[in-house]
Amino acid sequence: MTRLTRRGLLRTGAAAGVLAASGLPLKAQMKRGGRLRAGLAGANTSDNWDARTHTDAFMQNASQGAVFDALTEVAADGTLVGELAESWEASPDAKTWTFNLRQGVTFHNGKAFGADDVIESLQMHVAEDSKSAAKPIVSAITEMKKLGEHQVQLVLAAGNADLPYLLSDYHLMMYPAGQIDEAISKGIGTGLYQVVSFDPGVRFVGKRVDSHYKGDAAGFFDEIEFIAINDPTARMNALLTGQVETINRVDVKTEALLNANPLVSIQEVTGNRHFTFPMLTNVAPFDDVNVRRALKHGINRQEMVDKILLGHGSIAYDTPIGPANQYYAADMEPIPYDPDKAAFYLKEAGMDQLNIDLSASSAAFAGAVDASQLYQSSAKPAGININVVQEPADGYWSNVWLKKPFSAAFWSGRATEDWMFSSAYEDGVPWNDSQWGTEDSERFQELLVTARAELDSDKRREMYTEMQMILRDDGGVIIPMFANWVQAVSNKLSVPGTVGNLWGMDNARMAERWAMA
Amino acid sequence: MTCHVPGVLKIVLQRLALGLVTLFVVSIVIFVAVNALPGDFAQVILGQGATPEAVAAIRRDLALDEPLVTRYVGWLGAILTGDLGTSFAQLNFQSSLGGGEMKTVASQIAPRFANTIFLAGVTAAIAVPVAVALGVLAALYRGSVFDRFTNIFTLSSVSSPEFFLAYMLILFLAVLNPMLPSLSNIYDGMAFSERLRATMLPALTLTLIVLAQMMRMTRAAIINLLASPYIEMARLKGISPMRVIVRHALPNALAPIINVIALNLAYLITGVVVVEVVFVYPGIGQLFVDAVKIRDIPVVQACCLIFAAAYILLNLTADILSILSNPRLRHPK
Repeated sequence: MTRLTRRGLLRTGAAAGVLAASGLPLKAQMKRGGRLRAGLAGANTSDNWDARTHTDAFMQNASQGAVFDALTEVAADGTLVGELAESWEASPDAKTWTFNLRQGVTFHNGKAFGADDVIESLQMHVAEDSKSAAKPIVSAITEMKKLGEHQVQLVLAAGNADLPYLLSDYHLMMYPAGQIDEAISKGIGTGLYQVVSFDPGVRFVGKRVDSHYKGDAAGFFDEIEFIAINDPTARMNALLTGQVETINRVDVKTEALLNANPLVSIQEVTGNRHFTFPMLTNVAPFDDVNVRRALKHGINRQEMVDKILLGHGSIAYDTPIGPANQYYAADMEPIPYDPDKAAFYLKEAGMDQLNIDLSASSAAFAGAVDASQLYQSSAKPAGININVVQEPADGYWSNVWLKKPFSAAFWSGRATEDWMFSSAYEDGVPWNDSQWGTEDSERFQELLVTARAELDSDKRREMYTEMQMILRDDGGVIIPMFANWVQAVSNKLSVPGTVGNLWGMDNARMAERWAMA
Repeated sequence: MTCHVPGVLKIVLQRLALGLVTLFVVSIVIFVAVNALPGDFAQVILGQGATPEAVAAIRRDLALDEPLVTRYVGWLGAILTGDLGTSFAQLNFQSSLGGGEMKTVASQIAPRFANTIFLAGVTAAIAVPVAVALGVLAALYRGSVFDRFTNIFTLSSVSSPEFFLAYMLILFLAVLNPMLPSLSNIYDGMAFSERLRATMLPALTLTLIVLAQMMRMTRAAIINLLASPYIEMARLKGISPMRVIVRHALPNALAPIINVIALNLAYLITGVVVVEVVFVYPGIGQLFVDAVKIRDIPVVQACCLIFAAAYILLNLTADILSILSNPRLRHPK
């Protein structure tokens, strides 16, 4: 079972259903029962059950993690498995995809799940004026055909091998067709837990559905209660006084406190979230690749991880593809911190000295201003004088990011390479925060298009590795580090050995995968 | 006293009218101030994803692209018919939902405000009697160890930041001696006793904060009167010091005490944001801060009106009570 190649899964997904049904061996030991109480940051008073609007952890855990399901699911080990889709198949050009849906699935109101639900739920995202974050994914689908009660065909404008992966996105939840308004106002999905009460920005309580298609392999709690605690200290208090069993986004400054308490433990995984310093490659002096290389060698990445993340992260070499991605080039040759080399590249660019402004604000990421000052002092020996400009946090994303030639920013990362690249590195896309385009690297843009439609996993690995190397050497974004997802768990819970690293709290699926000890 | 009611009634009506003018001015100030903040709802809600088209689409949907004056007049018109409007966040999501039920600002605020009133009520029920009792005792035994201790204790508690007191109480009453829960996330359908227990820590924190002013005002007002001739007379009559204070001094000292109590009650409604955050108490302060953060003007306006109204009404109540408690004010020359 574990010998399955990603390619096999990717292409047909035939085994996906089997994989999901068999369950991971660890889950067999999980005990049913109890009430999970989780203190979660990332809640808002405007929260609701419309997955198109979800942006933060609380609703992600409540929606994808408990009440609703998507067609596919990223397992804890990073592989893709079927959720409401049992299997899928692509045409050789990766343009036409056929999904076989799971049978015998019902929504919490008793309605049976079928092809109509899939089509209507996907169409929600492309309705006129839709502000769904998943609009780009769904608008690439030109045709949705119902082949049978439990079979749908999706035709894409251009081939995309990642489609099954993209359909696991937490915005693409399945709603009952014809009752979507009601489902959104009450929270009616096919998930393991049905809504008992929901007070936006305050609290969500769910109850395990009696007979669920996931059977005994998932959903071990009888009841779950998510409490919105946006303040980090209050979250910590709630955990330490035993009022919740787990919390997300631990303030790493208080790590020692948690370590001193034998009843709780820290759980951390490195994901794709990364902190960046984008340069506009169409603005002097950053249009010169040698200047960019000088800056790449003038940053002390280890120091950033140690002092900004307090060790809770890992070094990145200017690519946004992280450990939670399939084709993460983990053994890529690193860029050392080397002021001499930086000075050398500066000379190549015909300069002795480089004076530049770096715009930063706490809005970019926690510690962005400190990180910029570290950068300032590490680049100084190379003759690079960085002037840190502290920008107001209000309106940072509208007034500074994408506008100032050199700034600080952050990305939560994406589940697939293509999604990440086509969000921020494809020529001309709106969030391309380094204005990285064909004139910078024709090869990169070419690979981006070719890899997208390639179904052969080995070839894709090759291409994505090359793209990561291009970004490392020439790219316009300095990415010094990937941040960890740091959460804390009480010893009253039993947590599987492998925990998802795409999102915090086991890919937001703690209610599904964890159990009482 | 009946013959004086019209006089008091006139004052009440006058003050209410003035209060309305104040509310009007407050609403203009808040409206201008929130709009003067950098970034608007569209930019904040889109954050990193704020492409010019997306921002324009949201502004169009929410009529944020109309001039300030038009928007204000529209809002004022709705308010005058009793409609607090719908929050931007709701409207924004609604336009992508197409139909379904819409939560109005009023229905968003009502449960939160009820929670805030509950917390303020519990706090007042503890703080006011304790403060007045301590004040009376301190006045009675002024200069004694008890007086000094009470003064030092209440002054140091009022001088400490709220979050510090909150964490101290959590440390002593929730962590070291687990008697009370550190999370006060009360919700609908919670039994009253449970709710009271969950509210206890924030209520105690607030009590420590409001205690000093009320207690010291009680003490000062009473001591002030102790030098007056009629107190001297009462003493000469030979009645006990306690009786002198409670029966003779306290009624005459009520006016300033009531004023201070009213001010502190207003603070309990409008100023408890920090305490709400620390204890995760779902009150109106948290909602207000959220709304300011995302520049959700309808919610901010509604909260401000409530806050302003609370101040105006409590001050009015305090004034009326002091008039009623003071014969000289009841019978103006």
